[in-house]
Formats: sequence, structure tokens, C-alpha cells
Amino acid sequence: MTSPSTASAPSATRAGRGVRAVAARGTARRPRAGRRAAPYLFVLPALLLFAAFKLYPIGRSFVISLHKTVGGSDRFVGADNYARLLHDPLFWTALKNTAVILAVQVPVMLALATGLAVALDSTALRARAVFRLGFFLPMVTGLVAYGIVFSVLLNKDYGLVNWLTGLVGLDPSPWLTDPLWAKVSLGLALTWHYTGYNAVILLARLQSVPAELYDAAAVDGAGPWHAFRHVTLPGLRPALLLTTVLSTIGTLQIFDEPYVLTGGGPDNATLTIGVYVYQNAFKYFDFGYASAIAYALAVLIGILGVIQFRFLGEKS
Amino acid sequence: MTAARHRGRSILLTSGLAIALAAVLVPFYWLVVAATHSSGEIFDSPPPLLPGGHLAENLRTLQDTAHFGRVVLNSLLIAVIYTLCAGAVCTLAGYGFAKYRFRGREPLFGLLMLGLVVPAQVTLVPLFQLMAELRWLGTYQAVIMPNLALPFGIFLMRQSMAALPDELLDSGRMDGCGELRLFWKVVLPPMKPALAALAIFLFLYQWNDFIWPLIVLRDSATFTVPVALASLQGLDETDYGAILAGTAAAAIPMALVFLALQRQFVSGLLAGAVKE
Repeated sequence: MTSPSTASAPSATRAGRGVRAVAARGTARRPRAGRRAAPYLFVLPALLLFAAFKLYPIGRSFVISLHKTVGGSDRFVGADNYARLLHDPLFWTALKNTAVILAVQVPVMLALATGLAVALDSTALRARAVFRLGFFLPMVTGLVAYGIVFSVLLNKDYGLVNWLTGLVGLDPSPWLTDPLWAKVSLGLALTWHYTGYNAVILLARLQSVPAELYDAAAVDGAGPWHAFRHVTLPGLRPALLLTTVLSTIGTLQIFDEPYVLTGGGPDNATLTIGVYVYQNAFKYFDFGYASAIAYALAVLIGILGVIQFRFLGEKS
Repeated sequence: MTAARHRGRSILLTSGLAIALAAVLVPFYWLVVAATHSSGEIFDSPPPLLPGGHLAENLRTLQDTAHFGRVVLNSLLIAVIYTLCAGAVCTLAGYGFAKYRFRGREPLFGLLMLGLVVPAQVTLVPLFQLMAELRWLGTYQAVIMPNLALPFGIFLMRQSMAALPDELLDSGRMDGCGELRLFWKVVLPPMKPALAALAIFLFLYQWNDFIWPLIVLRDSATFTVPVALASLQGLDETDYGAILAGTAAAAIPMALVFLALQRQFVSGLLAGAVKE
């Protein structure tokens, strides 16, 4: 960080005026009043924009979810859209798909990220800078870009991946056209993109774990595994909580990857809640129903967030 | 640990990670290779593993089918304006929340952070309708305005500003600096690393954003790069040579810029991400 001394020194005339202002009691109040108003002026643009483009839409979305558009006009239908949700097999499919990704992909990715962070932190690793750069690179790539690349790489008949697995004698896998494989592909793409990002967060936390703790563990005769379990993991706890919560929120909202990679198919195997909201809103123009689904999703995120904080945050 | 054992571990760890890194980088390498081949060649068996000679042709196709030059300009313009405006909004708010005590500070900040956990899908439909009412559909401001008060950006700036010593601000005030002048002359100069990290984050965020531009942009001449690429992929006869050339043109420069600035980016990002 730049040293504070780079801040420009006020000119002599400014300083002179300041002294005079303090000396004259009447004007001394003016800077204080300015100082009281200042914080509000600093945060005002953000608050106004937030109110207009976030809070207002959140409220309006709830109102929309209580309406149905019939012949170009909105009719109040109460909780009908929410009732419909309970009996909509596609909604449950989307929920199940999202839950599977959450239960399988997120733990695998976070375990990989933890291992990666520990490896990148290790003094035994050569050329650490190169590795840090390389593994963080996928997070720069936009979702559409890597979705397109993966969709071609994973093509059943012409893709590079099946060509490579063919070299070792494996049959080509229907990566994107079989319901189970499509889920695997989606998981692979997500893991490729987000593992480095989570590793960055974990790595930073790791660097704040005092080296003395490792020395103490070594003196007590702890091997690498024990040191990891009793020093590294507890030290990582806050960062693991953060990455778990962020990954959960991100996964529940997932849209871009399935949209570009599989379009939600085949046979709705990769239909996520995010894609389903989009389809209802901008394909069928059923805004009321789309809003109801989105609200159900928001409630779900809230519940899971609270559970994770309780569960992972209790000891810290 | 003996030196020999240490060296053995070092070689094992380094080569293991090197293999993993190679696997992670395959999509990048392949993207560069594929961008220089025709659609037919990409799907040859065996697939091309070295660059070919069709890059110029692919880019020409891209220009003809998707106004690609215009699309890149749109993306650049939107991302630059967004970065400047959102950077200003987030920095001002972050400073206000970090360095002043005022009535309502905690609840107001909490309200803004609510934006981090409310899924984007909740506001998609009403925001779309709001844009329609404002008659903004198809315009740049429809893309730019809704995300200016980005909660993550405000959070990041508050964390970074908190590290600024209060004595520095007090001495500025003693010298008679007004609050705005104080912000401009005393606060911002030492914040340059954090501002750089914020700018990189905002630029990447906007450059790669997909669903919102997809919804509000109408005319293919106003598309951003991700929207244009996704729309090309949906065509009946998809020209993958052209699409992948476009993907490379959008992703590779960003990756290079990131590589050049990553030290600042990662350290700036972490200043905000890990303190709790």
C-alpha cells in the first residue's frame, strides 16, 4: 500500500483560513454542520440507485407474483401461482437438479479448492507465482465464453475430450446428450470455473494462520495430516464459511452455464430454477408465475443461508 | 526433515500441480487453436491440435453475420462507462460507511448487503418492466444503470477504506479541508491499489455479464459480446470457427490484462473478502 505521506499537504492559505475559522466562533459551526451532512451525501447515490433498481423491484416482484396476465391485463389471483408451484413437476425437477449440483459439485469443488490453496501455500512448491496465475485464470473467463468452449470440447462425435478418452480405449461418452452425463458436464464446467476463485479466498486466509502453530504441531510430533486437521482446517473455518455460503447462493441461482451448455436439456436433466424462471418469464411471458418461482428461490436461499451460518459459524 | 526428503516432496508436489494446471489450461489452448480453423476442420478426426490458417476468414464471417466490430465497441463502451460510474458510486458509499459514524449507518449498510443474497431472478421481471416503462429497452443505460450500486463493490471499498488511519483524515480537517476536498485530496491517493482492484472487478463483471444484457438489448447492432456469441450459437447452421474466434477475441485479451494486473487485483480483492 502507498504510504499515507503521498497525500498532498494543504497549501499555506488553506491552513491559514482554517485557523481563522476556528478563531471566529460564529463560523466554527459551519464545517461541523458540513461534517454531519457529509456521510449522507457520500452514501446517497448508492442508496438511491439501490432503492430504485433493487428494493423497488423486489417489492414489485411480490405484487406481480400475486397476479396473472389474462388477455393483456393483470388479474389478481392471490396465492394461485404459489399453489401451482406445488403441483408443477417441472419446478420439482428444477429444484431437484439444483439440489444435486449443490450436494455433489459444491463439496467436491470446495475440497479441491482447499487442497489447491494448501498446495499453493506450501514452501515445497516451486514456481508458486506461475501456479497461482494459472489456476486463477478460469475465473476471468465469462460464462458464455467457457460455456461455448465446453460445449464443443464435449461434443460426443467430434469433441476433443472423447477423442482423448478414445486414445486410451474408452467408448465415447454422450457428455451433453445423456441426462446423467449432462449433469456431470455441468459439474465439470462449474468446477473448472470456480475452484480457482475459491482457492484465492482460502489462500489469503491461510496466509494469516500463524507459522508458530505449525512449529508447535511439529514439536508435538504431528505429521502433515495432523497438522492439516488441527491447525489448517480450524484456521480456514471463517473462509470456508464464506466460500460455502457464496457457492450455495451462486449455485441456487445458476443460469448461464446450463443455458449455454445444454439449454436445460436433455429431457430437462439440467433444468435449474434459474433457467426455469427465465423460461417462464421471457419465453412464455408468464411473469406472475416466474415471480412466484423466484420468490420461492429467495426463501430457499434465506433458509439455507441461516442453516449454514448456524452450522459452520457456531464455533468461531 | 532431511534435505533429500524435502527435495523429493518438492518435486512430487510441483509436478503433480503442473499436470493439474495443464488440464485446467487445455480449454484456453484449444480455444486459440480452434479460433484459427474452419468449422469443418474443428470437427475433424483427429481434432486439430496446432493453429491453422482460418483466423482472418473466421473474423470476417463474424463481422458479416454479427457486426462483430460494432459488438466489441458496444461491450467496451458499456464496460468503461459502467466501471467509471459504478466505481464512483461504490467508492463514495464505501468511504461514507467506513469513516463516518452517523445515525442509521448499520441498518443502511445491512440493507445494501441484502443485495448480495437476494437472487437476481427475483428482480428480473420487475426490472424488465421498469425498463419498458422508462422506455429504456434496447439502450445502453438499461444495461448500465441497475447494477451501479453493486453490493460487493461497496463491501470491498468499505473494507479497504477502513484500513485508512483516522489521524490522516483528522489532520486534513485540522488544516481546514472541506469534506469533499478531503475525500479527493487525502483519501483517494493512498487508495489507488484498492481502486485498481475495484476497477478490474467491475470491468470484468460487466464485460462478462450475460443474462441482463440478453433481456434488455433488442437489436443485434447494440448487442454486447456474450449476447452476440450466444445468439450465433442458437442459429440453425452454427459456424463454430467464427464463434470460437469471437470467443477467443473476447476472452484472451481479458485474460492477458488480468495476468498483467493480477497482483493488485488479488490483493485488493482479498483485503475485502477475508476480513470478517
